[in-house]
Amino acid sequence: MSYLSLTDADREQMLATIGVSSVDDLFRDIPAGVRFERELDVPPALTEAELQRHMEELAAKNVVDEICFLGAGIYDHYVPAVVDAVLQRGELLTAYTPYQPEMSQGVLQAIFEYQTAICELTGMDVSNASGYDGTTVAADACFVAKHATGRSKIVVTEATSPQVRQVVKTYAPGFGLEVVEVPHEGGATDPDRVRASADGAAAVIFQQPNFFGVLESAPELAAAASDAGAMPIAHVDLVSLGVLEAPGAYGCAMAIGEGQSAGNAMSYGGPHYGFLAARNDYVRRLPGRIVGETVDADGNRGFVLTLQTREQHIRREKATSNITTNQTLLALAGLVHLSLLGPQGLRELGETCMALAHHAKTELQAAGFELAFPERATFKEFAVRTGRNAREALTRARARGVYAGYPLGRDYPGLDDALLVAVTEKRTVDEIARLVEALA
Amino acid sequence: MPASESYPDDLLYHPEHDWARIEGDEATLGVTWFAQDALGELVHYEAPDVGSTVTRGSSYGEVESVKAVSDLISPLSGEVLEVNEKVVDAPETVNEDPYGEGWLIRIRLSSPDEREQLLSLDDYRKVLAEA
Amino acid sequence: MKLIYEKSQPGRRGIGVPGTEGLEVPDVPAELRRETPPRLPEIAEPEVLRHFTELSTRNFGIDTGFYPLGSCTMKYNPRVNERLVGLPGFAQLHPLVEDDAAQGALELEWHLQQILLEVTGLDAVSLQPAAGSQGELTGLMLFHAYFRDRGEDDQRRKVVIPDTAHGTNPASVTMAGYELTPVKTDARGNIDVEDLRGKVDEHTAGLMLTNPSTLGLFDENIEQIGRIFHDAGALMYYDGANLNAVCGISRPGDMGFDVVHINLHKTFSQPHGGGGPGGGPIAVRDILEPFLPVPIVARDGATFRLDYDRPKSIGKVRAFSGPFGVFVRSYAFMRSYGPGLREMSEVAVLNANYLLAKLKGAYELPYERLCMHEFVLSARGLKREHGVSALDVAKRLMDYGFHPPTIYFPLVVPEALMIEPTESEARETLDAFCEAMLAIAREAVDEPEVVHSAPHSRPVRRLDEVRAAKNPVLRFRFEDHPEEQGAGDRQLEAQKGA
Repeated sequence: MSYLSLTDADREQMLATIGVSSVDDLFRDIPAGVRFERELDVPPALTEAELQRHMEELAAKNVVDEICFLGAGIYDHYVPAVVDAVLQRGELLTAYTPYQPEMSQGVLQAIFEYQTAICELTGMDVSNASGYDGTTVAADACFVAKHATGRSKIVVTEATSPQVRQVVKTYAPGFGLEVVEVPHEGGATDPDRVRASADGAAAVIFQQPNFFGVLESAPELAAAASDAGAMPIAHVDLVSLGVLEAPGAYGCAMAIGEGQSAGNAMSYGGPHYGFLAARNDYVRRLPGRIVGETVDADGNRGFVLTLQTREQHIRREKATSNITTNQTLLALAGLVHLSLLGPQGLRELGETCMALAHHAKTELQAAGFELAFPERATFKEFAVRTGRNAREALTRARARGVYAGYPLGRDYPGLDDALLVAVTEKRTVDEIARLVEALA
Repeated sequence: MPASESYPDDLLYHPEHDWARIEGDEATLGVTWFAQDALGELVHYEAPDVGSTVTRGSSYGEVESVKAVSDLISPLSGEVLEVNEKVVDAPETVNEDPYGEGWLIRIRLSSPDEREQLLSLDDYRKVLAEA
Repeated sequence: MKLIYEKSQPGRRGIGVPGTEGLEVPDVPAELRRETPPRLPEIAEPEVLRHFTELSTRNFGIDTGFYPLGSCTMKYNPRVNERLVGLPGFAQLHPLVEDDAAQGALELEWHLQQILLEVTGLDAVSLQPAAGSQGELTGLMLFHAYFRDRGEDDQRRKVVIPDTAHGTNPASVTMAGYELTPVKTDARGNIDVEDLRGKVDEHTAGLMLTNPSTLGLFDENIEQIGRIFHDAGALMYYDGANLNAVCGISRPGDMGFDVVHINLHKTFSQPHGGGGPGGGPIAVRDILEPFLPVPIVARDGATFRLDYDRPKSIGKVRAFSGPFGVFVRSYAFMRSYGPGLREMSEVAVLNANYLLAKLKGAYELPYERLCMHEFVLSARGLKREHGVSALDVAKRLMDYGFHPPTIYFPLVVPEALMIEPTESEARETLDAFCEAMLAIAREAVDEPEVVHSAPHSRPVRRLDEVRAAKNPVLRFRFEDHPEEQGAGDRQLEAQKGA
């Protein structure tokens, strides 16, 4: 096996040093009744060249050449080459969590820079080092809210991603939380209905832009939550935050979201990263790793994992979360991408997505299609009625080489004819013309 | 500068390394030299609210060092009259002066008889010998 | 070295974005429009690459050198796996495509499940959990679902965990809404069976156990422990953190466990990435299969699909079917070894015992037994005699070019040094590490100050963690750096003018 170094002579010598006569002797503490006595029944070993071919064959069975208008939480944004170059640095790729800061200043500084970027984008005071994805950070936020407010109800808008809502509902019973959903009205959430539901709630979670791509009256939703003493929590898209207001600016207590849009390939759903940022009031309740600045014995700036007494390895059953890892490498990808964009690039990226999506809307309407929520302003995604069952419409479009969107009937009864269409900066006017043709 | 080891004989002790100084129907509470030494330099004091109730044997707050966290176990029951804001602002005060400037809360006793269940210095020294 | 924000200059940019020529940019309603731009860095592409390259030089990975961090299984991460995960057929695949567009991905996931079933000796798999800790929580949710189905959930509130456990186990128990019942370790490093007997009854939901334990010791009474729990109608959870010791040698299912999580980033070589990503699939016995998260990868003859039609499922613990890129790497790793996964574990255990044999004279060995894939030494003697702590030894190892072991864990061993070499290392590397450890033990006697003040060779000296915790600075403060603040203001002006 090429990943193992020991020769037969090495093994003999090492066994002699240990004082046993065979490798089997090393396992003498394992009771006979639980020893596995046959060979593992797994596929045979492959050489690297064979492995490459096998995996290429598997990859070729996936369809990735259809023009992608599919979003619904994961988006086909461009990932710059520099991101790949940075992520392939072995010192970063193959390092563990930076427990030993003197060995890990690279990763620690990168996380500190990432935390800064997330705070800047969301308008929050403090960010953790990232969470698993955009769904689990929502569950984490519920845990924070429960302990910060002492309340046991979570309000989440129905226009929040179904994946996020499902994960929150899965976690809630263990946290002792009840989950209440506020229905959307014509693709957006009515602040008065939030206000009514928020009474006695620990938090109100809403998405901006929401799952339908619609711009919610986010400041009013946040105010409705705050009025009831609930923590307003916005689930946001990093790519939107060059053009859309930061949640911190309209009174949110926390901002969370899926970070894939910045720096990460779609990769059939992961690994990606979720971001979680909050006001200073909640810093000691945050889950996951946090990096802080300090100085070394010579007075030079350095970085360490800090406020670790929140964490499971110290606080054990009283920890703020059971999380041990974060998603450093994927968050680093986000940081590199955001650094390449800068403030101007991020704003342009948002504007281009909006302009292309607006163009697609206009062209579809010109071709006779109705928008599901025609009155609503949207960002990079919108719902269109296809005039037939949306899955059928999708099948027809795919036959013409266009993956036209996400059939909303999967999660929203009554929208069986609607496709959620996402338009990133990678799409072109010509591709949008093909979308219109494919759906006709 | 950390204090050097000492255990005043005018205090009553709890086996979880807490002390109480009783004056009339009030008591001042803190942690012993042993407790602060075991934790190391304190970086955070999570104090109770003034007016809240503390119960003998239960946690009323937490102190944290970089790598450890410890519940503060109340040796007596009562109502919190005052929190030592100096320790909130500068938790290392506990390391420097655990029985003086580094006190943690002052309470009005609700069950003054509980003092009978606390340890004298001699009894507390036996606890320390086993620790 | 400077932060990337300190290298920012107004007007620079690193990458272009397709423009909006000929398109209408719709207005954002005024109350939703961003007025103050985020102070992201403004840097050209070459300097961005150099910045992160310089950061990488201030970091240490497995690619750099030996990384015997106990319980973390820092093994070689094959480079071919990085190439494979980047294949467009994998990287460009959207997670919500119809199953017919993802047949390759689903086939890979299905084969990965089959291999995990064989290695664990169990009946069904969910690939969804994003890490070991999430696998734990998912497993405990399955406990609840199973007992709820049997009408016993209100009665069974307690989960037993030994005092050697990783901190995640008790934290997961709390997050899942259970109560913790701790159990002691006996003089041989096994669970104290007598202590255990008194703690398992009709109120017990189950056990969480790492085997081999965090002491690197295989619990010799595991069959007896299994009977105690199963006779009480309780379930057994296997924390797979130490699975690298026993692949093809002993299977959790055969040991009596009902749920297992597998750390793909440990045993199956997903790179740790400075703290993530990971993958924490769980394998379960058939009685728990109905409750697994949705979706499950199912096979119908030659085609594969995601099965959402599972009425008793606990729901979803993460988006989509799981961290697919991790599956690509781990599956590739498994295919590189084939049945040789057993040899992988054998060599990991051989390497650990070799280090143990060479080091136990100079450091205290709390449990005088052969170890599995890792072992725990104590620097208690060095601390008592010479004032040199486990932390000092760890920092001094850096000067010898090694990443330190895990220190101060498990909690049952004072001044613990927890060493896990993995199968990846050459004998020469193990020898060099031993020489360094022995040299440090001598230095502790002869020149303890050198050890106390280590490291001497890293980009920074020892860092003031008290200061970091007492006065948390958790983001770059532009306001403390007037130059950058000026840049931010100019940025704002530029954007307002635009």
